[in-house]
Amino acid sequence: MIKLTRTSKEYPKRGHALRDVSFHLRKGEFAFLTGHSGSGKSTTMRLIHMDERPTDGEVRACGFSSEHMTGRDLWKVRRRVGFVFQDFRLLPGRTALENVAFALEVTGTPSKAIQARANRLLAQVGLSPKAGAMVNELSGGEQQRVAIARSLVNDPFVLLADEPTGNLDDRATRGVMELFWDINAKGMAVLMATHDLELVRRYPHTRVFELDHGRLVFDSADSAETGPGVPSSPEPLAERGGAA
Amino acid sequence: MYAFREATAAFQRAPVLTGLSSAMVGLALFVVGLFGLATYNLRLALSAIEERVEVAVYLRDDARQSEIDLLLAELSAIPEVRTVRFVSKRSALERAQTELPEFSELFMDLEVNPLPQSLEVELRPGARSPDIVRKVSDAALLHPFVEDARYGREWVDRLFTLRRIGAASTAVLGTAFALVAALIIGTALRIAIFARRDEIYIMRLVGAKNSFIRRPFLLEGAIAGLLGGLLAWGLTYGTYRGVYSYLFEVAWVPTAWVLLGLLAGGAFGAFSSALAIRRHLSEV
Repeated sequence: MIKLTRTSKEYPKRGHALRDVSFHLRKGEFAFLTGHSGSGKSTTMRLIHMDERPTDGEVRACGFSSEHMTGRDLWKVRRRVGFVFQDFRLLPGRTALENVAFALEVTGTPSKAIQARANRLLAQVGLSPKAGAMVNELSGGEQQRVAIARSLVNDPFVLLADEPTGNLDDRATRGVMELFWDINAKGMAVLMATHDLELVRRYPHTRVFELDHGRLVFDSADSAETGPGVPSSPEPLAERGGAA
Repeated sequence: MYAFREATAAFQRAPVLTGLSSAMVGLALFVVGLFGLATYNLRLALSAIEERVEVAVYLRDDARQSEIDLLLAELSAIPEVRTVRFVSKRSALERAQTELPEFSELFMDLEVNPLPQSLEVELRPGARSPDIVRKVSDAALLHPFVEDARYGREWVDRLFTLRRIGAASTAVLGTAFALVAALIIGTALRIAIFARRDEIYIMRLVGAKNSFIRRPFLLEGAIAGLLGGLLAWGLTYGTYRGVYSYLFEVAWVPTAWVLLGLLAGGAFGAFSSALAIRRHLSEV
């Protein structure tokens, strides 16, 4: 599904953002990508979404390789990999329904089907009653739900979420996490980047990748105590003082 | 459908910006239109003058009729030659008396006709260049009974130089102002693209194809170019009417030129917006 092989990313001024990172996220898997600020989480997400190319190594996402990807084919990856951000990135001045409908329209959904499908997606994220509300009138949690509904318009194989709860209070965070688990239960892989270790600890059976200064320093699937299929533990993170 | 809706919505969202860009494009293309009008009229004037370009072959008085007939046949056989007319000494005198009435008394007192017999060589349209005129003249001068062959060499050369200058200046200045129009449309489109950068970002995020993202902007540029073209032709026509009514008689350009100008305006608009959106998409 998602595979990074000895992936490095170096910026001319900033230097290495990622060094020799390899991991494999399987179909239908849920994983956290953790690490403090500047550890390379967002860079990893951007590489998987093919917003950027690795300097070395290879990124494979849903059958597409960074080595053979051309600008002309990027849209194909984007339709298979949904993306949710910390700051929602909704279109202001439009309703929740219009934000989702816009994504459907620009990806070629027949105009007759747009309204029904947008309503269905908003129902899936529990926002039907707020479909007609302007997004700037919604709470942070509700805005994030609209963003998640928008990310689902193409029925992607994997959902990337970059600090999706970073701007939310505890209650809204729980709601959004429940939503991610519901989506994952339907077979979609989810990779969620977060620096919030408390949040990670709430889900002890979930796979965890930890980045530190651009290196992958922990993969719970490789851990002796928490191999694949075995409940993982976020303790190693705390021991290394990985919290932001 | 989406592209057309978005393109027209752009005019409603920022009517001043799109209106101003169309007006500026119109003014830039107006200069091109004026050059077109001037070039067309210059061409008409030069064509009228060109029709009078012919070669006069003056023959010696002792030239035999058989020799004259031979030269006439030889010159008629040149592909660029339309007609060859023989003008006898007598006909030349009669024509001089008619065309130069102020010298009629002088012609009456003559005991001997001083005017030579000649062949007047008329060339086919499009074959009145200095090279061809010289070729016909040289062919005639090969014969010993030919006194002289004249075609107003300097005059023909100047005529063609004038024509070349007209064509070159129209091409250069027309291209320059068309580029100005393209730059104006490109700048206006860049502002429009910047205003809609969030939408473009979301489009790319959810997997809209680049061609889909480009389409409304291309259409917007083409519409701005077409509106500019219409304005330019309107201004050019107004100028034409003014010149025709108050200064001197001029001809209006053919309809094909007007249609071509409008199409070119639209094409320039689409092209410059294509460059602007392409640049933006490569940056984000």
